Amino acid sequence: MLRLSGFAASANIEESAPRSALRLMTSPTCPTPNPDHDAYLFRGNTSDPGCRWVVTFEEHQAVAEKLFSDRRLVVLPDYFSYLGEGDVVRFAPDRKAVRVLFRKEANANYFLLTERCNHLCLMCSQPPKDIDDRWLAKEILEVLPLLPATTPFLGITGGEPTLVGEDFFEILSCARDHLPSTPIHILSNGRTFKDRAFAQRYQAIGHRRLSVGIPIYSADPEVHDYVVQSKGAFDETIRGIMNLKAVGAEVEIRVVVHKQTYDGLADLSDFIFRNLTFVDHVTFMGLEITGFTRANMDKLWMDPYDYRNELRAAVQYLAAARINVSVYNHQLCLLDDSIHRFAKRSISDWKNEYVDECNGCAKRDGCGGFFSSSNLARSNHIRAFS
Amino acid sequence: MTRFAPASDFRRPVDDRYQLAYFRFSPLDDERYVLTNQAGEYLVLPRAVLASFVKHELPSTHPAYSRLRSRQFLFDASSNLGRDLLSLKVRTKAKRLENFTSLHIMVVSLRCEHSCPYCQVSRQSEDRSAFDMSEETAEKALALIFQSPSPAIKIEFQGGEPLLNFPLIQHVVRRAEQINQVAGRSLQFVITTNLAVVTDEILEFCRQHRILISTSLDGPAALHNANRPRPGKNSYELAVAGIHKARNALGHERVSALMTTTKASLSQVRTIIDEYVSLDFPGIFLRPLSPYGFAVKTKFYAAYDVDRWLDFYFEGLNYILDLNRNGVPFKEFYAATILTKMLTPFEPGYVDLMSPAGIGISAVVYNYDASVYASDEARMLAEMGDKTFLLGNVHENTYAEIFGADALLDPIEQSFAGSVPMCSECAYEPFCGSDPVFHTATHGDFVGLKTRSGFCNRNMSIFKRLIALMESDVATRELFLSWAN
Ligand code: SF4
Ligand code: SF4
Repeated sequence: MLRLSGFAASANIEESAPRSALRLMTSPTCPTPNPDHDAYLFRGNTSDPGCRWVVTFEEHQAVAEKLFSDRRLVVLPDYFSYLGEGDVVRFAPDRKAVRVLFRKEANANYFLLTERCNHLCLMCSQPPKDIDDRWLAKEILEVLPLLPATTPFLGITGGEPTLVGEDFFEILSCARDHLPSTPIHILSNGRTFKDRAFAQRYQAIGHRRLSVGIPIYSADPEVHDYVVQSKGAFDETIRGIMNLKAVGAEVEIRVVVHKQTYDGLADLSDFIFRNLTFVDHVTFMGLEITGFTRANMDKLWMDPYDYRNELRAAVQYLAAARINVSVYNHQLCLLDDSIHRFAKRSISDWKNEYVDECNGCAKRDGCGGFFSSSNLARSNHIRAFS
Repeated sequence: MTRFAPASDFRRPVDDRYQLAYFRFSPLDDERYVLTNQAGEYLVLPRAVLASFVKHELPSTHPAYSRLRSRQFLFDASSNLGRDLLSLKVRTKAKRLENFTSLHIMVVSLRCEHSCPYCQVSRQSEDRSAFDMSEETAEKALALIFQSPSPAIKIEFQGGEPLLNFPLIQHVVRRAEQINQVAGRSLQFVITTNLAVVTDEILEFCRQHRILISTSLDGPAALHNANRPRPGKNSYELAVAGIHKARNALGHERVSALMTTTKASLSQVRTIIDEYVSLDFPGIFLRPLSPYGFAVKTKFYAAYDVDRWLDFYFEGLNYILDLNRNGVPFKEFYAATILTKMLTPFEPGYVDLMSPAGIGISAVVYNYDASVYASDEARMLAEMGDKTFLLGNVHENTYAEIFGADALLDPIEQSFAGSVPMCSECAYEPFCGSDPVFHTATHGDFVGLKTRSGFCNRNMSIFKRLIALMESDVATRELFLSWAN
């Protein structure tokens, strides 16, 4: 697992200086470097583009301090040495904290837009906090213009991204202008879109590759509301989806499969097809054992092998209904053979792992493997394919 | 540490009394009932569960409760979405009505070189002037066709054998394409032909104008040739050769086949299906014999009753299910049409299974002699001497006169299944239709007495069987869903 955050040493930077998003460059590029956001990534041999910022690793610290005594220098622990040209990191001078915001080589990059949320899902991987974190939106607005136009995918997550209001629309407009051909996927609980005007405004942004992924956990409102810990959530979410489809937006429905949801999958698939016929994609996700899930293991965890029939039936049903359906975060050996073709390798590369049983597995290349966090609970049915 | 509320906190108040939505129920067998909502979604419940449900005694904890709620058979305090979802679905199902007539059948010639005893309409005659449609008539028909508001227009050439008047087909196709340059509809042509007289030149024209071919194939050679006498006794050989030739010229999917069921077919459903499988068709439409024309006159129709036909149909359906289980994908198209109504939010728009009836407003016939009929069956009925469904004449009447004719509106209104005896209370009504032409032919009025109606008996038996099959086996349900869509 890659480490995406840590602490750094620095030189020539006031502790009171603001947080900065830094795009790393390894060689001089044509346009003049952006003084606030471009940083020279020093790995020992100089081809200094003349940036105000220099980022390096502990092994080069001594040389760097000499060479760049007049620059703002950030020295990262060596475990960050995977960083390269085009990657973006955030440096917070007060705590000397570093966080990787964007990796050019990553299969997917996600931006956290806010930690606030009006749900409290039992299996939330990013437990909500009721804080003022508007700076996150501002930072995203700074970073988007630094990204390559060829960025293959961007995710926007929360918390609940739509709660930031105006900033939400500004970020999407910014993405439209700077990353017009990058698919932008927003993870939302959909409730804000219950307001038709909000949905219309969202669609009017006019980014051609914009989509929103919205969870529904059951066709039964009481079960859905329980899983997201909010009364009335089901109604608002469904209305949100109806509004989004009415304005022509692209909508993915995401279903996390666990102890509270697996036996309702058949009814949920039927409900989706009959009532939300025009959704663009339905995805079934495996449980990631992080965040609140750890606290609610007794209510959530079950061996995916034990729900493979329910999952198979739901996937086959939606496929027969000609709805685009995928299975995410599931190990192939736990899925019925007949739905292997719907399984996608979806676990972000930085938290993706395999276990001993996987050695020599014939299907390993097509298998999503495990979340790094999966050692907390794992199926007893992991078996290599021969 | 975050505290999570228990599931019980999210249940509706204990004193909440659920409301029954509008729904209908009919027995499926001795123990079970089928319930349908207004959007045609169904649930099968044991009698006792249904009884406690309608008495407001079904507890939320009963597994059926949640299903009844998510399919809008009941409304309660846990959600206020039900009515909106239901109305959206009803609107989706009814949507095609606003498009009005999309299928326009032109009978370009009544002449035929076959002399099939069951055929309702054709003539063995060389007299072109008496039995071919004229160019003037075709022009008038085209003008009417393009007055239909439908965004999709399908013109189907029928006969007799329409290829005997191929020059008129060419004329109509060219003119329609010309008109459509301005009209901008999604325009499609079909020729219904026995392929006996097809030539390379004809197929080349079809290829250029993307015309579909619908041919007749009744089964294996012996059956087909017995059903379809012609000089040379080679109807089957000509049809099969024609199918291959047409597929080569137009593409495999652009050639389809229809079978006619006769008394001789009844014992041979498997070999009929085998014939379709070996000719690489994706499915078959196991058709009932129609009660019109020569079929009645020659006593073919009386020769067997609905029950015998149902045996034939179900034997065929079972055989097709076995084929699928053995890895041969193959559909029965009548079931597929009904399953689309049962399992999807869409309305297939099959003329014989629509309410309001599809006559005129979904499909219409322009006959060779310039008369306009409400459906293909309506012109056959007219050949028997009953012109109830004659809507007008292309030379004498305007679009408004034809499509506003009492001869069209009265039967549609009177036969509307939602308001006729039995149908209005029947749980299967969302899957069914009203067929005023059939009931006129068999009962003498638009509605008929459903207890004695061959239409009702046949369809209700099929609805029940399809549902029973899906209830007993998930794999069949999945297969049926793939047929439906
Ligand atoms: S053994 Fe490992 S690699 Fe193979 S399918 Fe299972 S989890 Fe995937
Ligand atoms: S015709 Fe028969 S099966 Fe159809 S709706 Fe009427 S009563 Fe029901």
